[in-house]
Amino acid sequence: MSLTTNNQQSAFAHWWKSGNPMIWINAGAVSISLIMVFGLLGLIAARGGGHFWPKDVLSIEYKTIDGKLSTIVGELIDTDVISKLRYEESTGQTLPKELREVERWMIKVGNRDQNGADFKWVSKFEIQKLGKPSSVVAVERMEWGTLFGELKSISENGVDMASHTDLWSELHHRLDRTLELRDLIRQLEKSEIGRVNYVLEKLRLERRTLELDGTETAENLREIAAKERHQQEIYKVIQRKLEVLNQQIKRDKAKFEIINEGHSQIVELPFAVIVGAIKPNVMNAGEKLIQYFINLYHFFMDDPREANTEGGIFPAIFGTVMMVLLMTVLVTPFGVIAAVYLREYAKQGPVIRIIRIAVNNLAGVPSIVYGVFGLGFFVYFLGGNIDDLFFTAAKPAPTVGTPGIMWAALTLAIMTVPVVIVSTEEGLTRIPRSIREGSLALGATRFETLRNVILPMASPSIMTGVILAIARAAGEVAPLMLVGVVKLAPDLPIDANFPFVHLERKFMHLGFHIYDVGFQSPNVEVARPLVYATSFLLVLVIIFLNLAVILMRNKLRERYRSMEN
Amino acid sequence: MNGKTVEERSSVAAKPANISVKLENAGVSGPMLANETIKIEVRDLNLYYSDKQALHGVSMDVPEKKVTAFIGPSGCGKSTLLRCFNRMNDLVDSVRMDGSIRLSGQDIFESTVDVAELRRQVGMVFQKPNPFPKSVYENVAYGLRLQGIKKRHVLDERVEWALKSAAIWDEVKDRLDDNAMGLSGGQQQRLVIARAIAIKPEVLLLDEPASALDPISTLKIEELIYELKSDYTILIVTHNMQQAARVSDYTAFMYMGDLVEFDSTNRVFTNPKKKQTEDYITGRYG
Repeated sequence: MSLTTNNQQSAFAHWWKSGNPMIWINAGAVSISLIMVFGLLGLIAARGGGHFWPKDVLSIEYKTIDGKLSTIVGELIDTDVISKLRYEESTGQTLPKELREVERWMIKVGNRDQNGADFKWVSKFEIQKLGKPSSVVAVERMEWGTLFGELKSISENGVDMASHTDLWSELHHRLDRTLELRDLIRQLEKSEIGRVNYVLEKLRLERRTLELDGTETAENLREIAAKERHQQEIYKVIQRKLEVLNQQIKRDKAKFEIINEGHSQIVELPFAVIVGAIKPNVMNAGEKLIQYFINLYHFFMDDPREANTEGGIFPAIFGTVMMVLLMTVLVTPFGVIAAVYLREYAKQGPVIRIIRIAVNNLAGVPSIVYGVFGLGFFVYFLGGNIDDLFFTAAKPAPTVGTPGIMWAALTLAIMTVPVVIVSTEEGLTRIPRSIREGSLALGATRFETLRNVILPMASPSIMTGVILAIARAAGEVAPLMLVGVVKLAPDLPIDANFPFVHLERKFMHLGFHIYDVGFQSPNVEVARPLVYATSFLLVLVIIFLNLAVILMRNKLRERYRSMEN
Repeated sequence: MNGKTVEERSSVAAKPANISVKLENAGVSGPMLANETIKIEVRDLNLYYSDKQALHGVSMDVPEKKVTAFIGPSGCGKSTLLRCFNRMNDLVDSVRMDGSIRLSGQDIFESTVDVAELRRQVGMVFQKPNPFPKSVYENVAYGLRLQGIKKRHVLDERVEWALKSAAIWDEVKDRLDDNAMGLSGGQQQRLVIARAIAIKPEVLLLDEPASALDPISTLKIEELIYELKSDYTILIVTHNMQQAARVSDYTAFMYMGDLVEFDSTNRVFTNPKKKQTEDYITGRYG
């Protein structure tokens, strides 16, 4: 008998039998998945991250087909190529014969307050002259987007500064002062006036409570009134401070020469509205890199401006992380306790089997259904009743009977609890019987065995459940829109006012922010890079949260690796 | 009681009627235990898994501070019997029992008995080493901590004592904080014995303690059993007849849920009264 391959079998059949094709298919599937994941991350990272790189400002002189000469100044954002037919149809102009298609440049011209639009398309064949004027300043403003223009003069209290000074460094000098003042003003407005308002509201509720209870006496009413007067005094002091600061911040103004519809025009800009100013055309790569990180920092740490299309997304990051952490804190004990009952205490039988099937099916319920449930049960029923019982003074305004971060976390906890139950149960089943018996044989009760041996050993599985729960909850948007997420919530759920954590507050969420900026904003083109950047950030936040739990799980696994044998 | 059981019981119980009166409540074991103190008395113990009867009217007396071995073919009920002594069978839902077991005169099946307390007095070591995934120290201290002992120096003392008693102290004294799962199988088994004796039980149940171990480890365990019997009443289930012959003072042969023969090890192995016993010992079946 020969040990060589049977010749009657075809080469293909032999190859198939060898298992090699299976290996190729498997490896291929893995590769495709990896390529898709990294492609996706790469795309949103590049699109989003590129937005913060300070781009050169071009000055473009162009001549339209009908012979009009014009100039625009702005950043090159995008280019695309369209067919001649489409171009002619959309513009109503006839192109020269030799052109078969048209390359168009999308230029961000800024100066929305003057132009009415941020972007302008220029066809490449129209361009006559391209320049990078070194004097162009890109000014980021509190409103109306970016301004591109040339710094002409700076005035203080309406008096022009002597022109011999270096205008550019003078601008920065004064801008620093303005920024400091603006911080002070924001500080006063947000925390100090916020605190006064908070205390006044408390006093109002106190008085209302007394009225409702019928226990108001001249004395305690006087007391409250005195406290209110005290707060009013504080408020007046702050108000006076604010007036002074506002006066100070209005001191400086700068004049810029901008190009509008091909004509130059002088615009006067108070320093109070300037966020930052750079001269991108004279920056070297190092300076640009620094500016890039400054921009990133502002994106991460600032509040949003201009209907969320400018500024940062800090409240959204904070809201997302806090909501997910709250959800984790709620779902973990709940899921673990339920799983322990199902696996350790309940008598295994048809009833338990039905419960288990029901739990598994809960994981498949569309998330918006949980949102509706959360709104109906948590917000209206539970919150409404809590309001009736404990917060009657604030009525008819709801206190907790309104969407808020607590209800959102609870809703998501309900949504993710099946995942935690299932993986905890799996972990409990995997613990060998001999370990339980070993503990019981030493005189431990079932509860002691559970607490000292079984739960610690099941903790890696519990963590797996938590990881899956976080992954599902952090990316969820639909139910949150019903139970607590809003477009803009500058008051974070944690602040300096007692009791510091305000779980009844509404919050911002990265997922909803993406939807809002991308689809609900008045200026979609401006917002598009922010959609990518926010998406990337959302992915980063989820990765970060998951990584934290995975590290914890690996530590636990290391400690309890015995159960594998 | 069915006829078969009566017939079987005759081998251990229906000894000549002239059993001395002082043994009236220990009469089932006949004169062979006349010089021993009786630690555990088993009377008419029947045990059922659902409908299947696993123990048929077992009655026997276990002498104190001696090693009593249970031998018999697989599935004969010797492990089941052993697990009755610390009520480990309670954990199986389908088990039903009748009859009685008295530990130092106290019926362990009574509803007033605290099972956890019973298990503290009747320690158990299982077939496969089952240390907890904790440190060596914490494994031994586990039962002590359950009893509420918190003082570090008390724990230290008892842990050292238990590890020394289980003849494993020298091997682990430098790695008390290492995970017990890193020990070898034989070390793990001795650690588990240390864990069991740390709480100073009166009775030690060993369920095939050496069956998963190599010969050297087995030898160490056997030496250990020999050492321990001066302080503990030891009941050992084993498949290995040589082992039973080496370590035990008394041997019980079980077959199909019946206690066929129970006598001093010497007699069981040299001069068995029952044909079944003889067949098993000489290797004709089992």
